[in-house]
Amino acid sequence: MHPETRQATSIYVNGERTKTPARTLAELIEALGHGEGTVATALNGAFVPRQNRAGMRLAEGDRVEVLAPRQGG
Amino acid sequence: MNLMEPPRGTRHALSLYGVEVASRLLLGTARYPSPDIMSRAVAAARAGVVTVSLRREAAGGKSGQRFFDLIKSLGVRVLPNTAGCRTPREAITTAQMGRELFGTDWVKLEVIGNDDTLQPDPFGLVEAAGVLARDGFKVFPYTTEDLIIAERLLSAGCAVLMPWGAPIGTGRGLANPYALSSMRKYFPDTPLIIDAGIGAPSHASQAMEMGFDAVLLNTAVATAADPVRMAAAFAGAIDAGRAAYEAGLMEVRDMAEPSTPLAGTPFFDLDKP
Repeated sequence: MHPETRQATSIYVNGERTKTPARTLAELIEALGHGEGTVATALNGAFVPRQNRAGMRLAEGDRVEVLAPRQGG
Repeated sequence: MNLMEPPRGTRHALSLYGVEVASRLLLGTARYPSPDIMSRAVAAARAGVVTVSLRREAAGGKSGQRFFDLIKSLGVRVLPNTAGCRTPREAITTAQMGRELFGTDWVKLEVIGNDDTLQPDPFGLVEAAGVLARDGFKVFPYTTEDLIIAERLLSAGCAVLMPWGAPIGTGRGLANPYALSSMRKYFPDTPLIIDAGIGAPSHASQAMEMGFDAVLLNTAVATAADPVRMAAAFAGAIDAGRAAYEAGLMEVRDMAEPSTPLAGTPFFDLDKP
């Protein structure tokens, strides 16, 4: 199905509710403008390795975390 | 011995999970006035390991990558933390994300049990440490000085322990030196790193004189008026403390003992009958 004709999925990205046409976690990361290796992802609290993102379909209400390196102590 | 060598304290290199670390100062990367000052502080501290974290990245955000590029340019080993995690599950997921992003199986494991003290939740900590160690992580647990928790962490697969000096960010130094001293004596062969609570170079020096293997600190350097000079001050204090430990400190006595020889003391017998 072409993305434009599909129903957008309502999910949470980093705690904020958003609608996305992305079907998979990989598509979402691309749509958010992140390079493949610049962020790490979790879906509903569980880590999703980079290579598994394409196979991870998004469903209504999913909670996605998109994390990047930051200063830390 | 080459007497012209600068007085560096580390005669024996520190080994953490089989990796030789040149410096006994591990430095945090947060709270500096600027990235440039942070970089210069890491250099002045001669730190071989810096701690980093993971935080949410906004859509299209590039700050994470910029920060990581800067860290990579410093040529130091990174120790990703799980700061802010309150359950084993959060900490485990964060550790896994950090391993992928930073390309290291080292993790500074924090499972926080209380907002006011940022005290480790020992039950969650031991649980998460076991899961991560079985998954191949080299776990650096942020823990208390409690010996039983320490034993459980070692049983769970940790080969390094990081007891707190005092609660994170307080700068109070070693709040419980007796318990920390007991911990050092009880685990003579486990690398023990004092993590958190260090406020002044004298605190770090004290920890090293007690035989701790290294010190991890952040706020005391980052929030100093001159972080670069403070980093150098800590490096010197840690070298001095380590050298003193290796040189063997004198026994503490209750009563005075003259340091000048008694033999040949002038007028020694004048007031004797």
